[in-house]
Amino acid sequence: MKEPNDVILRTVSKVAVVIILTFAINLFISGHHQPGGGFIGGLAFVAAIVLLFLVYGIEKVRKNIPVDFKKVAGTGVLIAVFTGVGGMINGKPFLYQVFGHVNLPFFGETEMATAVLFDVGVALAVIGTSMTIIMSIGDDR
Amino acid sequence: MNNLLVLPIAVPVIVGMVMVIFRNILWLHRLLSLLTTAFIGIVAVCLMDQIKLTGVQALYLGGWKAPFGITLAADMFAVLLVLVTAIVTFCCLCYAFSSLGMEREKYYFYPLTLFLLAGVNGSFLTGDIFNLFVCFEVMLVASYVLISLGGTKIQLRESVKYILINMITSSLFLVAIAYLYAMLGTLNLAHLSVRVAAAGQDGLLTAVSFLFLIVFSIKAGLFLFFWLPDSYSAPPTAIAAIFASLLTKVGVYAIIRMFSLVFYHDLSVTHLFIGILAAVSMVLGAMGAVAYWDLKKILTYNVVVGVGFILAGFASFSLVGMRGTVYYLIHDMIVKALLFLLGGTIIHLTSTTKIKEMSGLIRLHPQLGWMFFVAALSLSGIPPLSGFIGKIFITKGTFQSEYFWLGSIGLLTSLMVLYSVMKIFMNAFWGPALTEETEKVTTDGLLLPIAILTALTIALGLGAEVIHEYVDIAAAGLLDSQGYIDAVLGGKL
Repeated sequence: MKEPNDVILRTVSKVAVVIILTFAINLFISGHHQPGGGFIGGLAFVAAIVLLFLVYGIEKVRKNIPVDFKKVAGTGVLIAVFTGVGGMINGKPFLYQVFGHVNLPFFGETEMATAVLFDVGVALAVIGTSMTIIMSIGDDR
Repeated sequence: MNNLLVLPIAVPVIVGMVMVIFRNILWLHRLLSLLTTAFIGIVAVCLMDQIKLTGVQALYLGGWKAPFGITLAADMFAVLLVLVTAIVTFCCLCYAFSSLGMEREKYYFYPLTLFLLAGVNGSFLTGDIFNLFVCFEVMLVASYVLISLGGTKIQLRESVKYILINMITSSLFLVAIAYLYAMLGTLNLAHLSVRVAAAGQDGLLTAVSFLFLIVFSIKAGLFLFFWLPDSYSAPPTAIAAIFASLLTKVGVYAIIRMFSLVFYHDLSVTHLFIGILAAVSMVLGAMGAVAYWDLKKILTYNVVVGVGFILAGFASFSLVGMRGTVYYLIHDMIVKALLFLLGGTIIHLTSTTKIKEMSGLIRLHPQLGWMFFVAALSLSGIPPLSGFIGKIFITKGTFQSEYFWLGSIGLLTSLMVLYSVMKIFMNAFWGPALTEETEKVTTDGLLLPIAILTALTIALGLGAEVIHEYVDIAAAGLLDSQGYIDAVLGGKL
């Protein structure tokens, strides 16, 4: 297979991937009160990795991100369900969420909520599933 | 608030995900899947006791009150089905250990079965029609993978049809839900019931109810069963047994729930129509079962007859008929799983599905033969086995509501069902034994789950008194939904 001349694509995507990943994390965090959240944040995260796929090829990326994405999805679902179980242990209904304000150094007064943990689970599940789908379709085996 | 309600849904998901993470430890998969189903069974029994003492149980997920949040509601009917589901899945899993083969078992068979179980339990326990849709999808997605697991040619061909049918049905389901929401502004089942009662079930609502009926009929194999016989004969025995016993029953459950809780104001239209559909599917199913000489085809057509019969009792909408419906539904889940496992074992032994090519199995496998005989009698409702009581209540119920034609068709098709299974019994077990060389395979490990289910169908028939109390509560709860509404909405609204 002949090597395409894609210097521009490679250079741009090196910067773009960082921007997309930052944006994904921003989407994820802002989701607590504004539009965004684990699902869309996870999808944006996947978009960055897919860009890497397109530019550097599936093998190279797989070597550099040596994770089994099925397991990532599984872990994500487990985290999400266990935040629900947390409510049960405290004698509240399943999926009951709590939040409070904590004074953190550097950040100052910050709102901490267990719903974020749930969202982390959702994000991991979304990343795991969409990566598994893309990798199994993208593979030629 | 009762957190037990979420366990039959959450525990299979958690365990399934643990299995996904530890993919290669097969003994762990087997052990965990058995423990999970056993645990769900125990939870269901606890719930049954609580419901008997304090009425319908409800759980508001995350503490958001109905009708705004997601509600789980368990009445006796739903919990009985959860219990039977757990038992049947337990047996099918046992059967899978020694029949499915390493290759399939390693390819996420156990997690998928548990996800299917979570979907089925979710459909039974949800108190919200949109969540019913979601749980249907969870169950269906798992079943899509299970039906094509292994990737043989026939499986792939059937899975395409199966997925297509279910996708179309699901989108219709969603459309129906949208109509309902547009008209009534709520999706909580109990709240829907209150609003329909207040607004009166006019022509428009009845039309929407028919859309629901079409959707659930396709899923349950009621009248619109054209997809069912082929799809259910494609996957391996253990999976086919789970499908036959559980998937159509979820559709049946959805029909019963919707038309006893929400759309019960226009009995002479909706329930008469359900009765007609039930009659037609009984007749067509029985004709299929009588006509075919292929073991798998006969069994799958019997699934259709069973669905028709259950809904015949429901169509009568009388206390006796309901009692029969609940009883027969429980019986049907057990006996269909049993028959599919037996049929699979016969095919495994003879390596053919054509019953004319089988002969004399009883000489080498007497236990198998007699268990098949018991299952066949139970299926067609011979006393004292479990089918008899359901059948007698359903027939009585239809006669009481003056659907004489429906009851008679039910009895007539029972005879045809009896003929169809006896046909298998006589061809496969009687006659001279084929030569020893056809016996390359053993039934080691296959007979235990079959024996459990056979014992259960005998016990259900002889010990009907034990569960009669629970069935009674379930049937009464279906006819008078006030208890359900009060439990979910907390007496407000």
